[in-house]
Amino acid sequence: MKILTEHINVPGIETFEVYRKQGGYTAVEKALKKMTPEEVVEEVKKSGVRGRGGAGFPMGMKWSFLAKPEGVPRYLVCNADESEPGTFKDHYLMKSIPHLLIEGMIVSSYALGANKSFIYVRGELMYVIGILEKAIAEAKANGFLGKNILGSGYDLELIVQPGGGAYICGEETALLESLEGKRGNPRNKPPFPAVKGLYQCPTVVNNVESIANTPWIVNNGGDAYASIGIGRSTGTKLISASGHIKKPGVYEIVLGVPVEEFIYSDEYCGGIRDGHYLKALVAGGSSVPILPAHLITKTANGESRLMTYESLADGGFQSGTMLGSGGFIVFDETACIVRNTLNFAHFYRHESCGQCSPCREGTGWMEKILYRIEHGTGTPEHIDLLVDVAKKIEGNTICPLGDAAAWPVASAIRHFRDEFEWHVTHPEEATKPGAVFPFEPVLN
Amino acid sequence: MSTDTTEIKFTPENLAKAQEIIARYPEGKQKSALLPLLHLVQAQWGWVSPEAMDYVASLLDIQPIEVYEVATFYTMYHLQPVGKHVIEYCRTGPCCLMGGENVYDHLKKRLGIETGQTTPDGLFTLKEVECLAACGWGPVFQIREKYYMNLTPEKVDEIIDELSKQE
Repeated sequence: MKILTEHINVPGIETFEVYRKQGGYTAVEKALKKMTPEEVVEEVKKSGVRGRGGAGFPMGMKWSFLAKPEGVPRYLVCNADESEPGTFKDHYLMKSIPHLLIEGMIVSSYALGANKSFIYVRGELMYVIGILEKAIAEAKANGFLGKNILGSGYDLELIVQPGGGAYICGEETALLESLEGKRGNPRNKPPFPAVKGLYQCPTVVNNVESIANTPWIVNNGGDAYASIGIGRSTGTKLISASGHIKKPGVYEIVLGVPVEEFIYSDEYCGGIRDGHYLKALVAGGSSVPILPAHLITKTANGESRLMTYESLADGGFQSGTMLGSGGFIVFDETACIVRNTLNFAHFYRHESCGQCSPCREGTGWMEKILYRIEHGTGTPEHIDLLVDVAKKIEGNTICPLGDAAAWPVASAIRHFRDEFEWHVTHPEEATKPGAVFPFEPVLN
Repeated sequence: MSTDTTEIKFTPENLAKAQEIIARYPEGKQKSALLPLLHLVQAQWGWVSPEAMDYVASLLDIQPIEVYEVATFYTMYHLQPVGKHVIEYCRTGPCCLMGGENVYDHLKKRLGIETGQTTPDGLFTLKEVECLAACGWGPVFQIREKYYMNLTPEKVDEIIDELSKQE
């Protein structure tokens, strides 16, 4: 069952002509000619599709919060600032099948009553911006964008906006600040963007993959979408698989596939690279808690862990994690957890916007402490100090970057404490090039 | 690079592009064009000089400080002159798992420079960047718009040879 990637390998699918031949833009025809905006919103609500950027908030509910004061423009902004380490699905989707996003933007903008919508793409993906702008020009030339689309009386203009290189702009209010030509400092909430967003007007911000689901939902109905998947994890999800696996890449899965199957089946990752075995895994992008092998394929209760929002979170942070953005990073026994945690800590220190003290200072402290541990000058007290700093960042910042910085550190120590201790008690061994804590395999 | 502000002007082609960008936002919201215009500056001059920032401020009718604070916040803007090819090397976790650190060491040795430096011939500048959203195709670096993926020391040599030859 493929919703987003069914036609992704059709030669020429990036062109309007081929995309149209594969049934593209029928959702625009259906929505604009046969449905009211409210009916489109209703179908998206029924679908149960949840935000695919990482937070997993129900998309239809987010849409229903949009304020609609008279005479005030409303905006839809697509978040294509994909920057979470381990995540590259939106990049893949936009470069391969740009018209799917454009079609989704048209039906979503129609549903929300937006006449000017934005796609905010991270600046590094300048070549993808070129691909999207070409697709927009084609759609416009064929009457699917611009004034009075398909004679419906509905007008829409799409603008592709480049970022400037800042992970924080993936946070929706930082993104709006950036789109207004400012530094990417997240805003205090409330007011939420649904009430005061872009230019202080009601705004919805949705991830690329979320929006790309809407044409299918319009064509097939929300109930049909909700029948795919398990429980509150409806539909499909793009998983970006990277690290020590045989077949890295982007896979579209029906939510509910067992994690074990996703790692070892030839349909997906194809297993751990030859001669090695699974040590740890980050299931949803660098921010989510890292899990050791024995908690990845089974929950703490011994049940098979599934690729759903609920199953991955089973056990809370004690033994579970999050689906997040679907950035699936696989570590075999050659990976040093301390080194990787330092790497991620460096990332968050670099990307903190500096607005809130706990995050600005705390991310720097965590990186420095981890640097000492990794380079042989750490002490046993440093490990508890790290836990303490992480705890004091978490929940104490305007935006979730603080949590995102704290969780990888806290979870690495929670599940791999012996490895941190080995670094501080055996600095000579631990600092040898390529040295890794002697790790006992958990055989599957 | 000249610091004479009278010379800081977009080419007619880039000026037309800039005006098109400025016109696409709602009335009174022309400041939204700031990030795109800074990219355009960098495309024309290779870096974003203080004079170019002042020029952008004048085009958008905003205070120069509003440009400075943005240009210094975002990491893509080069605030110093750079070499002809800026290699932006991903240093983040997933690329490292694929051998990114070894490939980076090789690249530094090959160019004879460290992170942030430019080769004496002015051809290459080396920068470390965070995740480029290409983790399944790592190790990765970027030169301008182009992504170079699944890098190995051999592949790095080929790319450097090729770019050096273009001189």
